[in-house]
Amino acid sequence: MDWQALWLSVKLSCFTVILLIPLAIFVGRELAYCQFKGKSWLEALIMVPLVLPPTVIGYYLLVGLGDQSIIGQWVEQLAGQQLVFHFSGLVIASIIVNIPFAVQPIQRAFETVPIDIRDAAACCGMSRVRIFFRVELPMIWPGVLTAVVLCFSHVLGEFGVVLMLGGNIAGETRTISIAIYDSVQAFDFDSAGMMSLVLLVFAVSALALTTSMSRRLGGHHGASQR
Amino acid sequence: MAPRNADLTCDISQTFPIPLEAHFSCRAGEVLAVVGPSGGGKTTLLRMIAGLTFPQQGQIRYGDAVWFDEQQSISLTPQQRHIGYLPQHFGLFPHLSALDNVISGLDHIPKALRKQRALDWLDRVNLHGFPNRLPAQLSGGQRQRVALARALAREPAILLLDEPFSAVDKETRERLYIELAHLKQQLSIPIVMVTHDIHEALLLADKMILISQGKMLQHGEPFEVISHPNDEAVARQMGLRNIFDGQVVEQDTERNMTTFTLGHELIVSDSAPKLTIGQNIRWVIPNQGIRFNTISSGRLCKSINKLEVLIESVLVMGESSRVMASVIDVGSIINADLPTHLVRKLALEAGVKTTIALKSDQIHILNP
Repeated sequence: MDWQALWLSVKLSCFTVILLIPLAIFVGRELAYCQFKGKSWLEALIMVPLVLPPTVIGYYLLVGLGDQSIIGQWVEQLAGQQLVFHFSGLVIASIIVNIPFAVQPIQRAFETVPIDIRDAAACCGMSRVRIFFRVELPMIWPGVLTAVVLCFSHVLGEFGVVLMLGGNIAGETRTISIAIYDSVQAFDFDSAGMMSLVLLVFAVSALALTTSMSRRLGGHHGASQR
Repeated sequence: MAPRNADLTCDISQTFPIPLEAHFSCRAGEVLAVVGPSGGGKTTLLRMIAGLTFPQQGQIRYGDAVWFDEQQSISLTPQQRHIGYLPQHFGLFPHLSALDNVISGLDHIPKALRKQRALDWLDRVNLHGFPNRLPAQLSGGQRQRVALARALAREPAILLLDEPFSAVDKETRERLYIELAHLKQQLSIPIVMVTHDIHEALLLADKMILISQGKMLQHGEPFEVISHPNDEAVARQMGLRNIFDGQVVEQDTERNMTTFTLGHELIVSDSAPKLTIGQNIRWVIPNQGIRFNTISSGRLCKSINKLEVLIESVLVMGESSRVMASVIDVGSIINADLPTHLVRKLALEAGVKTTIALKSDQIHILNP
């Protein structure tokens, strides 16, 4: 069991969720409530990571963030550190790959908030910020929870993009998925089995928890709108 | 906060996304019903008054305060207008208790006063036992009253009601009619109520406007609008089905009477709009202007405008029956809704010949 890889994966998942979810809430809300030119294109762009092979995304990120790229050179000048083959690069890659997993459930959750409720909140004299925190956020909470669990689990299991962009540097970029692959390559099936079991148990538990909480929160709030 | 007890004036027009044109005012203490078919622009108009959406052109004023003026680029938000708004499905916040829902509208008063005021208003709408219940734990009528308490606890400049009775059962609706009628006497603010039900307008409103396909067809007191529709479009929107052709035979402007034909029959109306002899007209008579008499009963109607009719069909619909009769030798079909007990008492059934009388003061000649 590669505890270092497990810890790195958990750390990567936490960073991704903490940085991505607020962004997804903003983007999801705009997509749910606002009509603007190019909305369909933006929605398609957000969904791209779902349909592109992870290696293709990894390749573009490697080219786009590498030391030959403008972004890569700019970051290296600013922070004295390359993005590729480094944990920070993995965080950026994880955020990009997980955008659809975060934005989709949150956008759908915003869309289920009835216009009557948003209108009533505005007519109650609440500011936009207060409407968001007091009315919208408690109502979209199941969607946010789903996004958190999906992103966290997906980052834990991410393989292709991580390998393309981060390589396999112990303690820096070797996540649990890569450690499983390494163990299998080294015929260490005990270790690979243990780590796979950890991921399996986590995935099932997380999904069961999400389903249960979504149902509880959904039922708790939903009946009044009928 | 907006000044209290002022009149609302609305002169707006737009062509996109839906065409809408409305020019009216609503005085403090008055209930204005906005009536019309679904999709006609009623709710859009209400949302414009609330500041939830803005028209392309025009002006909305509350007393001296300008809420919207496209020329001066003024468009106040709902928060700035300080209104009470009751959406069609009440818009209660599902995760907050009845009390917290009412408190949510009280951000403008000191925090220490909010709870007491919310409780007072829940009392006023007869919900004193339910402050901690979530909306999902309340009946439709109770939810409606929580939403009403939330809207009124703000002491709003105006009260906007969007189909306030459409989401509750008939019994609750009847009770809420009475409560709103009582409340209306206590409030001295303009109340604008959107409804598709003309009977609600007759019951509760002081004035009404009829809107269809974004156009304001008529504006006036509800009884006046239903008894004197401007034109055939209004008459049809008001559910008047007895609309006929006629030709002017005689007009007596001194006695305010017009005589015209219905086939070979002569009909007299107690109105004398400017018409010429021989002019073709359309005229209408509401349900309450038609009286049925059975020949067998021997009670012949003393009224003028007696017509021999043949009952074509009688459709019993609970306490009310729909009677369809054709005028003998003319062929025009007259529809009337009568109490079922009266239909039985008069022995009205298909195939029976009888006499009807059309009240001359209820006959209205439509504008061409």
